[in-house]
Amino acid sequence: MRTSFGLFAGLLLSIATSSAAGAPPPLPADSVYQLELTLIDQHGKRWDWRSKRGKPQLVAMFYTSCAYICPLIVDSGKAVEHALTAAERERLGILLISMDPARDTPAALQSVAVKRKLTPVRWSLASPVPDQVRSVAAVLGVRYRVQPDGEFNHTSALVLLDAEGRILARTEQMGSKLDPEFLVQVRRTLVP
Amino acid sequence: MRPSAVFVLLMLLALGDAHAAGAKTADAKAVDVDTNYVSLPGGQFRTALKYDDETRPLRIPAFQLMRTPVTNLQYLAFVRKQPQWRRDRVAEVFAESRYLSHWPAPLSLGGTSLPGQPVVQVSWFAAQAYCAAQGARLPTWSEWEYAAAADETRRDARKDPAWRERILSWYSKPSRQALARAGLQGPNVYGVQDLHGLVWEWTEDFSSLLVSSDDRSQGSADTAKFCGAGALAMDDRENYAVLMRVAMLSSLEGRDTTGNLGFRCARDLP
Repeated sequence: MRTSFGLFAGLLLSIATSSAAGAPPPLPADSVYQLELTLIDQHGKRWDWRSKRGKPQLVAMFYTSCAYICPLIVDSGKAVEHALTAAERERLGILLISMDPARDTPAALQSVAVKRKLTPVRWSLASPVPDQVRSVAAVLGVRYRVQPDGEFNHTSALVLLDAEGRILARTEQMGSKLDPEFLVQVRRTLVP
Repeated sequence: MRPSAVFVLLMLLALGDAHAAGAKTADAKAVDVDTNYVSLPGGQFRTALKYDDETRPLRIPAFQLMRTPVTNLQYLAFVRKQPQWRRDRVAEVFAESRYLSHWPAPLSLGGTSLPGQPVVQVSWFAAQAYCAAQGARLPTWSEWEYAAAADETRRDARKDPAWRERILSWYSKPSRQALARAGLQGPNVYGVQDLHGLVWEWTEDFSSLLVSSDDRSQGSADTAKFCGAGALAMDDRENYAVLMRVAMLSSLEGRDTTGNLGFRCARDLP
């Protein structure tokens, strides 16, 4: 009874908000999309990361010249992808954000996408403008430091966002062996 | 556990209940604190932090730094202009629930928040926004440490045991006391005040301070947490004041606030 009432109320609410001149409803206060962020992706396209709103996302930070753990970050994303059914996969986006925008040009990003066979249907690899890197890392809970040789020290995390950009789960277990609890959360989020 | 680690942990615990008792002793008179910046010459600097990958002294380019930490009054003016930073309107992704919680109301000061006191209970995102609104930025950790190495007459007083003792005496005071007004302590050789002895301060790159958990707790190693070369250690184990600041900043998220963490802004030379 309570559930159906909730559904009904939600339906009314969504009709009410969507009919208001087509403007999207305000973002939840705990959405990472509260942060204004412009990204330039592997195709050289520039977009607001809020354009990912409406679809759950797996988000991670990385950089293309990283030899050790960044390939593992890609592996983690792929492992999630492979663990899902085709229908589930279609409902998920994967967004890799560079912490090294100076070197991660669209060409550098595209070369990783090609080499790792990351389908553009699901995967976006993108660089923020340089002075936004620390902020996007902060909303995602990633810490990093640029070393004198241009390499990075950084924490690694796969962050699950719901369609509204709220952080639902995160895992710091990288590589092709998945964190099972994290996968459960991803699946739950992708239930239509 | 080494004594230094115990000390840090005690200090971190003390931070938790800072500011509980209010501001009985602080001067109630509003003070228009000088908002001017002072210029610091560039120079070579040996940080107290130790990185495997960096053994040479740092080169700090000349920059400008606010004389004093940002006060409640200054921050109130900012919040009035940018209401999205009011405590009742701020997006919780940018500031936790304790943000400005010591103000009596979203747009008023008093009680535990006097105009001339440094603003505390502010998140990194909020501090960033304040400085950006001034056409400024937060100082980097290196800039902050460089400025804070000075005393009244020397650009680098860190080897002087008397200086160290003086700074440490602040950390050993109970943190329940009300904060003093900004700008009461004598300026250092650059003309900067209150880098020690008043509040902790955000830096732009607080999240670059990757203290591995074994360094913080002296417990089990957790070196796999960070990619690349080893996390930082302290090159100068005697420099407790710096060590405590680093331990604290490295434990924070960008939306966190504490009862004695404030900030000041910096900018590049015009």
